[in-house]
Amino acid sequence: MLDTLRMYFAYPFVRYALVVGVLIALSSSLLGVTLVLKRFSFIGDGLSHVAFGAIAIATILGVSNNMVVVMPVTILAAVLLLHTGRNTKIKGDAAIAMISVGALALGYLLLNVFSKSSNISGDVCSTLFGSTAILTLTKTDVWLCIAISVLVIAVFLIFYHKIFAVTFDETFSQATGIRAGRYNLLIAVITASVIVLAMNLVGSLLISALIIFPALSAMRLFKSFRLVILCSAVMSVICAAAGIILSILWSTPVGSTIVAMDIVMFALSWAAGKAAGR
Amino acid sequence: MAQLICKDVTLGYDGKPVIEGLNFSVESGDYLCILGENGSGKSTLVKTLLHLHPAMSGTIETGDGLSPNEIGYLPQQTLVQRDFPASVTEIVRSGLLGRSGMRPFYTKEEKALADENIERLGISHLKKRCYRELSGGQQQRVLLARALCATRKMLLLDEPVAGLDPRAMQEMYELVAQLNRDGITIIMVSHDVSAALSYARHVLFIGDPLFWGMTEQFEQSSAAGHFIKGGMKDA
Repeated sequence: MLDTLRMYFAYPFVRYALVVGVLIALSSSLLGVTLVLKRFSFIGDGLSHVAFGAIAIATILGVSNNMVVVMPVTILAAVLLLHTGRNTKIKGDAAIAMISVGALALGYLLLNVFSKSSNISGDVCSTLFGSTAILTLTKTDVWLCIAISVLVIAVFLIFYHKIFAVTFDETFSQATGIRAGRYNLLIAVITASVIVLAMNLVGSLLISALIIFPALSAMRLFKSFRLVILCSAVMSVICAAAGIILSILWSTPVGSTIVAMDIVMFALSWAAGKAAGR
Repeated sequence: MAQLICKDVTLGYDGKPVIEGLNFSVESGDYLCILGENGSGKSTLVKTLLHLHPAMSGTIETGDGLSPNEIGYLPQQTLVQRDFPASVTEIVRSGLLGRSGMRPFYTKEEKALADENIERLGISHLKKRCYRELSGGQQQRVLLARALCATRKMLLLDEPVAGLDPRAMQEMYELVAQLNRDGITIIMVSHDVSAALSYARHVLFIGDPLFWGMTEQFEQSSAAGHFIKGGMKDA
């Protein structure tokens, strides 16, 4: 088995896939804890479907680089969802559900009506469930991914205490002079960036898994915010690496293999938590 | 000069006034209890005092060395907090953030101040514990310690005893009275009239008509008679 692995790792695209996968898993797990605690578990789902709709539009318009369309649209949707979630007539969860299915349906509709591709269902399937695209990354993709991941991690480290305060008690933070609105905006923007990145890896249907599973697993085991964040990051990285390696060995789809690893990790954490009486 | 002065303040949402012609001031070291029935606009007043919601008209000024961000706030608990994984220390320290600006870490002095406040509220033995595992009374002490990290001068407590059992409630009132004796100005929103009458120096009654004055005067005012009777029955 080790020999097989060594053979695969001789190819640069396998190494790229591993680096990108681990970085995306790390970024999404950091955000995940905050999003789950803010009751925004489904934001990943919603935004990735928006991104899917945006990809459909970009394809039809014939934009050569999808990112130019997808990134701004997704960020805009994130800002709208996270920012206006509180005092609007349509509540947060309903708004996410609405935008999520709406974008999915419209995206698929547009692709069917306008697409010139002969294999629409193949295209759609790979966007939804992730594809072997992670194994065909170019150097530019890898660098873009590294840059955004580093940015997300840096933002998270610099604003760690503020993000904690705003997540735990927004009203109190505002009253003591923290601009909670700005931090919500920041969280929205980096969430959208991570989701657009993660679409390459696991596809838009499975992104929620990268965001919520590590956070929920870590919460079974630890009771302070710092430890939950650390544990969530470590678990996410382990699951992503294991998922990618196993998918290469067993020739399984990358995205679903990673998510399967996350599910196993959650089951283990849940059992360990129960055993420890928490 | 008073620490907080409200002049002719009108409060409301979406252009509809809820409270009109509100006038009161809070001196340094005062203990003011804001009474009123549910829906009378107490929460709106709290938000306005914290600068989270603008007044429709009138002015709210801070003075006597109190800056607007220096009001320590004890909010009503939210659902999110009940299952939040956070240690007592983490929560108390978050009260310091208002003063730390862009700095991404706490200084030694700040950490010491947080520890001091944890000690002051008698929860040192809980420092490493998880917030969601504490009793209601202990949770309130944690949030009070956090509020003390944000201020040395004024505390604004929004229904601090809601959901506490009678013993924890009594302890909470005593704790607040002790902080007041140490020189911290207290503004407490409540609908527990009997406690207000025994602890507060001034009463602001939000209702029809509005009342602001010494606690003794409030007990005798006919306007509040009905509310007191109703409140006593509840308590």
